[in-house]
Amino acid sequence: MALRNPKDFWTGIIYVAVGTLFIVIARDYTMGTALKMGPAYFPTILSVLLILIGCASLVRSFIKPGSPIGGLAIKGLLIVSVSIILFGLLLRSAGLIIALPLLVVGSAAASSRFTWRYSIVLAAGLTVFCWLVFLKGLGVPIPLLGPWFGR
Amino acid sequence: MDLLSNLGLGLATAVTPENLLYCLAGVFLGTLIGVLPGLGPTATIAMLLPVTFTLPPVSALIMLAGIYYGSQYGGSTTSILVNVPGEAASVVTTLDGYQMARQGRAGVALATSAISSFFAGTVATCLLALFAPPLAELALKFGPSEYFSLMVLGLLASVVLAQGSLLHAVGMVVLGLLLGLIGTDVNSGVRRFTFDVPQLADGIGFVVVAMGMFGLAEIIRNLGCEDCRSVEVPKITSLMPTREDWKRMVPSILRGTTIGSLLGILPGSGSILGAFAAYSIEKKISKHGAGFGKGMIEGVAAPESANNAGAQTSFIPMLTLGIPSNPVMALMVGAMIIQGISPGPSVMTDQPALFWGIIASMWIGNLFLIILNLPMIGMWVRIATVPYHHLFPTILVFCGIGVFSLKNTEFDIFFMAIFGLLGYLFTKLDCEPAPMLLAFILGPLMEEYLRRAMLLSRGDWTVFFTRPISATLLSLGLLAIIAASLPALVRKRDEAFRKD
Repeated sequence: MALRNPKDFWTGIIYVAVGTLFIVIARDYTMGTALKMGPAYFPTILSVLLILIGCASLVRSFIKPGSPIGGLAIKGLLIVSVSIILFGLLLRSAGLIIALPLLVVGSAAASSRFTWRYSIVLAAGLTVFCWLVFLKGLGVPIPLLGPWFGR
Repeated sequence: MDLLSNLGLGLATAVTPENLLYCLAGVFLGTLIGVLPGLGPTATIAMLLPVTFTLPPVSALIMLAGIYYGSQYGGSTTSILVNVPGEAASVVTTLDGYQMARQGRAGVALATSAISSFFAGTVATCLLALFAPPLAELALKFGPSEYFSLMVLGLLASVVLAQGSLLHAVGMVVLGLLLGLIGTDVNSGVRRFTFDVPQLADGIGFVVVAMGMFGLAEIIRNLGCEDCRSVEVPKITSLMPTREDWKRMVPSILRGTTIGSLLGILPGSGSILGAFAAYSIEKKISKHGAGFGKGMIEGVAAPESANNAGAQTSFIPMLTLGIPSNPVMALMVGAMIIQGISPGPSVMTDQPALFWGIIASMWIGNLFLIILNLPMIGMWVRIATVPYHHLFPTILVFCGIGVFSLKNTEFDIFFMAIFGLLGYLFTKLDCEPAPMLLAFILGPLMEEYLRRAMLLSRGDWTVFFTRPISATLLSLGLLAIIAASLPALVRKRDEAFRKD
């Protein structure tokens, strides 16, 4: 038995895992009956379905050949997620003036065509734009300078 | 006469100066973002949705609709000029459109696309006005079991249209339904699957999921292949089609409009199916069919009219039944709920000005598109060639601030990051996110209708098959799935999507 389709295999694993997780959690809720469905009823049906689909995908991964998954864009993946999470963390504590340029310059570094000069200009322009449109115009409660600066 | 007075009411709503302005702004923003590489209509609407929350409901929906067909139009422009389809429905346009551009007929191809879209949009708007009222009346007869079956049909249809493996797509639907259930259960008040995170008590916002899976995931994927994009832009000389062009284009537009309008109504399909079907039918019928793929004007006119017609008629199930037929419509449903309107057959009777105003605004929006875009084509071209590495940090900023402003919590930014990761991993595994997003929004609704249906039938599951409308809807769904898994069609489907 050789693995013939890694995409089917990993999809199957994910589906089975998620389905199992939801069933296990749903055991804490009331099941009810078809007539009077409890909060666990519909999720359990769906989870069973998902596990079945996952199993089918797993079985198929050993039967039908498929293409390999292909390389992951690890660098882009990491930089994009880290910089956006950092943005979320800094937005209210340090303020827009720190969080936004950091997000722009940080994420721009993910590109192979990154240049400091352009990124800084872009960051400055976007900060002014977002300050005017979102903070002043639409009144989104983000501080320009956060409590970190004693305000 | 009723129709005329209704349309009159709609026009009166749509032509107030501020609504005209929002329509224009929507169409402009939509085209702008549609032209930008790497952003489709779903991500565009998700990103701009928070901006519309401050507007009155009519203006918000008029603007959102404008963004939708504007971005679709922008997508066609990039298909023709740089061979990059802005969204799935304009994939077919790249085939002949880009070839026409390479032969020095970029201007004509763009004009053809604009004219086709405008004509199709006009016809489809009339159809919408004609067929929405009777359909809404029919929908008033729908009980919970019919609604449940209709949603099943919609989800199955979205599975059939998804790229890649059918099995994976069905799994994505189920997964989406499950994730949609996260949060407080309305019936029992139990907090489900929240892991005791208080921010999950209201569930995960659909905009968060959409921005993550369509916005962030797309950026990560594009960063994986930065050299995949060509930025060579052909010169645009004459815009005007010749007399011969007109003669060849008109029948194609008529056929494309018909096919697109019909297929657009189907739940789950939207405009993609129409564009593909119109292209392949045109290829069979047309005298010039053999030359398709080498820059035939029919190969632009037919799919362009079909995808625009489909984009407009896909509003029919959304406005009359409250059932979204594609991710964009799902976002519109979400926007209506946030505005305090519960989408469904009662919208038309309770809020006639809103309902007819949206319909009338679509026609006006299409007019704006043609006026706005042909003279400004030079500007759009320049925008289309903005290098991606200058663009994506900007997209990230707007996603970040947009998501934050929904509920003013940074947790949504973190959830968006998680869904971005998931979206990227799933596309790597051939699991398309579109059916998942649709299911995510329908999840709680489906559970509610299932509950009610079971309550009415006293726990008898056969009710879905014994009530005629419900049985018909379910068999249609089953038929679609069976048809899609037939070997001959599987090959066709793969072929159609390989051009992506």
